[in-house]
Amino acid sequence: MPSKIISNEKIAPEIFKIVLVAPQIAKKHRAGQFIILRVGERGERIPLTVVEKDPQAGTITLIYQVVGKTTMWLSDKKAGEELQDLVGPLGNPTEIENFGNAVAIGGGVGCACVYPIAKALKEAGNHLTIIWGARTKEHLLLEKEIAEISDRLEICTDDGSKGTHGFVSEVLKRMIEQKEKIDYVIAVGPVPMMRAIVELTRGPGIRTVVSLNSIMVDGTGMCGSCRVLVGGERKFACVDGPEFDGHKVDFKNMMTRLRVYKEFEDLAKEKYQEERGR
Amino acid sequence: MGEQEEKKSAKKEKIPRQKMAEQEPKERIKNFQEVPYGFTPEQAMLEASRCLKCKKPKCVDGCPVNINIPEFISLIEQGKFIEAAWKIKEQNALPSICGRVCPQEEQCEKLCVLGKKQKPVSIGYLERFVADYERASGKIQLPKIRPKTGKKVAIVGSGPAGLTAAGELIKLGHDVTIYEALHLPGGVLVYGIPEFRLPKAIVQAEVEYLKALGVKLEVDVVVGKTITVDELFEQGVDAMFIGTGAGLPQFMDIPGEELNGVYSANEFLTRNNLMKAFKFPEYDTPILRGKKVATIGGGNVAMDSARTALRLGAEKSYIVYRRSRAEMPARIDEIEHAEQEGIEFHLLTLPLEIYPNEQGYVKAMKCQRMQLGEPDESGRRRPVPIPGSEFIMDVDIVIVAIGNRPNPLIPQTTPGLQTQKWGGVIADEATGKTSREHIYAGGDIVTGAATVILAMGAGKKAAYAIHKELTGEDLSASLPKGENKQE
Repeated sequence: MPSKIISNEKIAPEIFKIVLVAPQIAKKHRAGQFIILRVGERGERIPLTVVEKDPQAGTITLIYQVVGKTTMWLSDKKAGEELQDLVGPLGNPTEIENFGNAVAIGGGVGCACVYPIAKALKEAGNHLTIIWGARTKEHLLLEKEIAEISDRLEICTDDGSKGTHGFVSEVLKRMIEQKEKIDYVIAVGPVPMMRAIVELTRGPGIRTVVSLNSIMVDGTGMCGSCRVLVGGERKFACVDGPEFDGHKVDFKNMMTRLRVYKEFEDLAKEKYQEERGR
Repeated sequence: MGEQEEKKSAKKEKIPRQKMAEQEPKERIKNFQEVPYGFTPEQAMLEASRCLKCKKPKCVDGCPVNINIPEFISLIEQGKFIEAAWKIKEQNALPSICGRVCPQEEQCEKLCVLGKKQKPVSIGYLERFVADYERASGKIQLPKIRPKTGKKVAIVGSGPAGLTAAGELIKLGHDVTIYEALHLPGGVLVYGIPEFRLPKAIVQAEVEYLKALGVKLEVDVVVGKTITVDELFEQGVDAMFIGTGAGLPQFMDIPGEELNGVYSANEFLTRNNLMKAFKFPEYDTPILRGKKVATIGGGNVAMDSARTALRLGAEKSYIVYRRSRAEMPARIDEIEHAEQEGIEFHLLTLPLEIYPNEQGYVKAMKCQRMQLGEPDESGRRRPVPIPGSEFIMDVDIVIVAIGNRPNPLIPQTTPGLQTQKWGGVIADEATGKTSREHIYAGGDIVTGAATVILAMGAGKKAAYAIHKELTGEDLSASLPKGENKQE
């Protein structure tokens, strides 16, 4: 059903935070689940992670990066306007328990997905280390929020403008080399980042969960667009995931499948930018 | 066949079974508009005059929703087209859909007495004609609705089973709400069946008709996720019908199925039908357009996919099927339409592996020739590989249309709802009653992938069983004749 926009603002370069009226989703959502939205009548359906919810106010908050036409169109929507469709919550919630020493790793806009999971891990009693990465200090998301929930916080930037100069995987690598006790890792971010993380934890056998942002259409298991190979088996990210055992995910195939409509995406974006310029 | 009817049959032989005019194959493969234009009024009356008006009409026995076929045909013969449409609507709320997608040759027309000597009356084309005539006339008639019972019924899924159940229950005075997971109602009628076979405006009109009767519709609600079955009951629902369909595509489990350019038929058709990818970039959802497209499977969904690929500009569109033509589950009409359009059939052919190019997109498919052996458990002769017959097929898109399993969302989130090993919800055949109190189910979620009309039949039976549970009144023996009134 249509959903009214409460606010929609830029919080970092190319990254926006949108608050939507969605009482039912706000009530039902649990960490790890996502929604699917359609901006307008001719729009495509895209999945986005729910960052925060307010069941009392009946609202949910999403953070998204402007990548293609749909997200650009979304960023042009103003408070008071409506989105054509909003459906959810979809996917399985994260399995949260007190693992002991948990490490939550976010890269880029993937941080938006990690934050609610990290919060739930903290609430479940874990000793929580957060490793947070972005291109520059301007791109860092939810810094205040993670500072509040983490027992230990490691910030990384690609350009060294804040925290460690380098990737989140380098911080984890150091932790593993120094034989720190790690019982559980959740990592969400660009595919190369997630792949680097699972390669680090594979040897020591640290349980590592990743959340996959496959291309989806319906999000209810009907189309199979989001299929991924996990331990050689075909899984649907929408109904079997979106979280999987990172050591079993075929990231190479995942990467290839994410690129399938690249040409179309570029064309749609170009066309939208032209229309917008007029 | 009775002696009298035998005589009539001989007398009527002069009038041939009427054919609907169609878009020329050369033209229609360039557009998504409907293939047949439908009967003219003259043709409809002529065709109706072929009916033998049997005293004990066999055709009705073949109809899963019990339409009074001889009566509506007789009305057509008299030129009373709108009355004929109303006659059908006493039993079937969705005639313009059934007139198009029902396998009449397996049902009513198969039993038509005329069909023993010559070709059966084209009951399906006549149903389609009057339903379209009524819609075009704007004289859509609303049936009489019984006084409100105050009972709330939730319908999960707005496909053919759900729409039919909703239509019956609203007429009986219940408060009916349909919950649909997608953004448009219609289920497989909207995401699965292409525009050229079932125009979406027709599905929309049928849904509007139900809304006019008072049915409430909530789209973008995934029951099991947005709200669970138990939460609906907590909110005061008295009974529920689950018609969530066979929405979980199957793959072949051969190497290369995860490559770019391999689609499930569900995805290929959903992108095109629901999301209008054929209008990209006017619409935002993309779809890969192949030059050489192979569709795996021999059912209606396979035909729909292969014909859609052609309309998206494929130079070659192949059907690859492991059995022979005789075993194809697709309707004859659909196979013929596909052949007319130039779809190439590679029968007795089994895909073994799909090969990628350097970018990870489909480049070719290795297949093997088959021959028919002994009959298997389905009664069809089992295809057996011919050793050494492997060959490479040059293709850039592969569409897997080998069937669907039931969607797992509701069974997974509804404690106590028993399912078969293969995932189907267990429900009584006569009533749709499940293992959970007040919950009924029907359509593909119970039977596995079947037809629109069987789903509708199940929706209707379940509606009567729900009515009986809610009011004590048993309608199963005598289906309601629904007194009509002009609105």
